[in-house]
Amino acid sequence: MSRPGSLLRHPRLLLGFRIVVFALAIAWPLSWACRVAQGEAGPDPGRYLLLEFGIGALTLLLLVLALTPLAKLTGWPGFGLVRRQLGVWAFVYALAHFACYLLFIIGLEPALLLADLSRRPYIIVGAAALLLLGLLAATSPRAMVRRLKKRWKPLHRMVYLALALVLLHFFWIVRADLGEWGRYALIALGLMLLRWPPLARRLGGWRRASGAGTEVNRRR
Amino acid sequence: MLIRRREHSHALEHEVTPERLYRDYRDFRRERRRVLAGALGFGAACALPRAFAAAGGYEDIDPGSAPDWFGQRLGDARWKAVEPGPEDRLTPFDDVTHYNNFYEFGSGKDDPARYAGGLVTEPWSVVIDGEVARPGRLALEDVIGESRLEERIYRLRCVEAWSMVIPWLGVPLADLLARVEPTSKARFVRFESLHDPEQMPGQRSRYGLIDWPYTEGLRLDEAMHPLTLLAVGLYGRSLPNQNGAPLRLVVPWKYGFKGAKSIVRISLTDTQPSTSWQSLAPNEYGFYANVNPKVDHPRWSQASERRLPSGLFRPNLIETRMFNGYADQVASLYQGMDLKADY
Ligand code: HEM
Repeated sequence: MSRPGSLLRHPRLLLGFRIVVFALAIAWPLSWACRVAQGEAGPDPGRYLLLEFGIGALTLLLLVLALTPLAKLTGWPGFGLVRRQLGVWAFVYALAHFACYLLFIIGLEPALLLADLSRRPYIIVGAAALLLLGLLAATSPRAMVRRLKKRWKPLHRMVYLALALVLLHFFWIVRADLGEWGRYALIALGLMLLRWPPLARRLGGWRRASGAGTEVNRRR
Repeated sequence: MLIRRREHSHALEHEVTPERLYRDYRDFRRERRRVLAGALGFGAACALPRAFAAAGGYEDIDPGSAPDWFGQRLGDARWKAVEPGPEDRLTPFDDVTHYNNFYEFGSGKDDPARYAGGLVTEPWSVVIDGEVARPGRLALEDVIGESRLEERIYRLRCVEAWSMVIPWLGVPLADLLARVEPTSKARFVRFESLHDPEQMPGQRSRYGLIDWPYTEGLRLDEAMHPLTLLAVGLYGRSLPNQNGAPLRLVVPWKYGFKGAKSIVRISLTDTQPSTSWQSLAPNEYGFYANVNPKVDHPRWSQASERRLPSGLFRPNLIETRMFNGYADQVASLYQGMDLKADY
């Protein structure tokens, strides 16, 4: 308990961090709702929420994938602790995105949903991503992690597939400028590169070299 | 010839306008002619944009600024020359001016409102060339020529499945085309928008997919159709920059992207011109781009549309109509064509 880093590992602090993350994940969509309520979201608030939830889900997905490299780099256990939580939030946002589509874009019309699901590639890919995220969210509670034992990790590697599907979904929506999509794709690429073994080993190595050893690394 | 056509429209005016208004209007024109004659000498020197009160019953609308000739033309505009159906309620001015696709200024719907403010639209001229007997470069005022400004309240249907109802101010494109005298070879009209990356941030993007300048086109008979409008204003004022100032095309039975904005060149051609969106994705955007609920866009169903403003609790989803509800007037243009193939 005399190491300088010990305060940063205090259980209360770690619990506080989890609660803050939880609160932020709720506050973000609330801020969109406020904009809508104040009439600042424009004449098409349904589509506004659809796009915010879509971008939000993608952002959380990228954040989840940034946590492991961050934990390796800093050695701070907090990042690992919010990983499953943020993953579930990504799914919740994606579900809200889908609900916006059902309510505001196709007006709950089953025929339109079937038509979209049968002939629009970007919707098909989005639906596949949503199902996948749902499967991952459903197997995220601690009890499920325990039940699945060794199979949990390979299953949850599918998050990379989900990310690829979401980026494809987004790519197919681009009309005239790839700039915004490119920024997200670049970040995704960067995060994948950090998982490339030679680089991944170095991430932990840098920290160990700077002398702040921890058990986080060994667990993964 | 031109003057005679004006006489003809006078007669119409007389028929539909109460006597008192007509007299006021006639007096106004007389007065205007006198003032104009006097002002001619230094008129050119002070052709700076000015603010006029928005007219036509839109007094609460920000009038923006406009050149002098525009303010004078407002006085004899023919208000509500075309009105939409009873269920078509005007989309509020704020929405019409803050929800725009104008990729020259960015791809977000609010980018044009944010970035188009600095666009210099005065002076403005338009090159007329190609298959015409009288090519040349016309000042914007001369593009409008002697035609009276008309207010046309049209539905605007975007290919992204949203729509608005907008009170445009403009003149029939046919008037201009008649004046420049298309040759017998002319079969299409090509429109070219301003290409000026200094003023248009969207054109500076390195990841843009559109090959600037933006171009659009119509078949000559479509261009000559009385519904086809060259717009210079909306809501009783000059066009806000984000709506395609100072001159844009409005073809109400086609998807919105056909309406080229900030037009700098109009060319008559003997072959079908290539258009920006068609070159970018020919399987998605056709040359004709007629509003057609039965022909889907690969990404958006065209069966219905969100009529804006659309609320969260009462989404304003309505069925899309063939030719955007203008079938009576325009269906004959496409007789014998397979609209699934020529989308
Ligand atoms: C059945 C599932 C899904 C449906 C029906 C769906 C539908 C849509 C629609 C209609 C749009 C807007 C298209 C337009 O621009 O007109 C969109 C955009 C988007 N969606 Fe989805 N989506 C689905 C799943 C997902 C998932 C799982 C994610 C992410 C985790 C996602 C992320 C996005 C993103 C990032 C955008 C682009 C937002 C923007 O352009 O600003 N979508 N989606």
